[in-house]
Amino acid sequence: MSDPAHERLLPAWSLPAGTVESLGLPTDWPGRVTREWAWGDSTGTGVRVCILDSGVDADHPMVGEIEGAVAVEVGEGEEVNVVEDSEGDLAGHGTACAGIVRSIAPDCSLFSVRVLGAGFTGSGTALLGGLRWAVDQGFDVINMSLSTTKSRFAGVLHEVADAAYFRRTVLVASAHNMPVESYPWRFSSVISVGSHEEPDPLTYYYNPNPPVEFFARGVDVEVAWLSGARARSTGNSFATPHISGICALVLGKHPELTPFQLKSTLYLTASNVEGEDD
Amino acid sequence: MTENDSLRAAVAAGVLASEQANRDLLQATVEVARGIFSARAASVFLYDERTDELVFEAVAGEGSQTLLGQRIPSSTGIAGWVLVTRQPIVLEDVSADPRWGGHEIAAKTGYVPRGLMAVPLIHEEEPVGVLNVLDRPQETRFSLEEMELLGLFADQAAIALDLLRKGRRAKAVLEDSGADIGVLARVASSLDALEGPERQAGIQLLGALEKLFTQTR
Repeated sequence: MSDPAHERLLPAWSLPAGTVESLGLPTDWPGRVTREWAWGDSTGTGVRVCILDSGVDADHPMVGEIEGAVAVEVGEGEEVNVVEDSEGDLAGHGTACAGIVRSIAPDCSLFSVRVLGAGFTGSGTALLGGLRWAVDQGFDVINMSLSTTKSRFAGVLHEVADAAYFRRTVLVASAHNMPVESYPWRFSSVISVGSHEEPDPLTYYYNPNPPVEFFARGVDVEVAWLSGARARSTGNSFATPHISGICALVLGKHPELTPFQLKSTLYLTASNVEGEDD
Repeated sequence: MTENDSLRAAVAAGVLASEQANRDLLQATVEVARGIFSARAASVFLYDERTDELVFEAVAGEGSQTLLGQRIPSSTGIAGWVLVTRQPIVLEDVSADPRWGGHEIAAKTGYVPRGLMAVPLIHEEEPVGVLNVLDRPQETRFSLEEMELLGLFADQAAIALDLLRKGRRAKAVLEDSGADIGVLARVASSLDALEGPERQAGIQLLGALEKLFTQTR
């Protein structure tokens, strides 16, 4: 049943008799999933993390080397062009996020996709175009500390989020802490993140009352900023890269995990589920 | 003064008066935001769709004399990031560097804030601007409760900003459509001159017209 030709003929959504063996999982799941099992000794090696944001200042000592940087430009006919980016960071925020991911997963690969700078008018199109491009590149993790409130983008964003989910790209998105409808963090195919006030970067909680699924460190975080500066910062947009960094650690040790398995691992190792490290 | 002019003057007086009231409401919001957070300054940017820029629309404290009406690009710097991402942000103790992002304020005033809180002002689906609170006392640690408080202020400021925008649009329509308003003014004036059954018939006719326009819209 493992004959590749046969596999191609079978529809993906059924499991005929005698084919159960084809579902062999590469990971041996332990009786109890612990943080040690999930990411013990991992530094995120081999994991590609995309920072979809304002750009990244690669010269900042808290960021270190980045794999590459592109900018998303929006033309007059709303066509999207992805070009090499030499501008760095136009706000400081992308650099801050990159620094947080690096502090947790020091050996992961960071890539900047800048969706800011095309003017506000084109920003929804740039966000969508940037996300689509990033999903096509097959990054392991995409950090999105941003959202849109425009409902006309919701349907197509949902499709892109699902496409990412099915091709093993994890979207980690900031929840809104104001009572407004925004996307894509509300979609169940992404990992949505809000803030807690504790100082430990590896303390995170599973929230049994969605839509926000996880809470991570997001208050008074020391971050990288423009021109080598540092700042103390607060907001869900800084909690998000903590979870992205932890995802990079887990995928560094278990690269075969699907987004569903990764989210389950995060749940089982959350501070209010597993408790502190064994 | 013709009837046309009278009507336009009356509507304009209403629009102008509401602009002042809306400005006062917005100013009161930034003054209170500044007071509650013991900040050195607070301000509101309005997003100008026409030019795709952010404009200082209300300022309390530092920069109140110089910043009003100043413009910055809509998608760079911290305010641009907040507008585009719809995410609030708090930044404190930024090491002194004019490029850090407070530059949108620093460039216009020479005053470089060490920190700021910025929150998007969202009305219905659209971000209409950004509320900034600059330089809170250094010794206080920011909490998530304060973030929620800032969100409440943002709701109020967003409504004030939306009223201001709508008032300005009404004013622009008024200035651009003298001929249309003129017809209405003449109809209103003629109706007013009628009495008894003729007046009733006129009102009924206008009611039927209104219905027709509503149905065909």
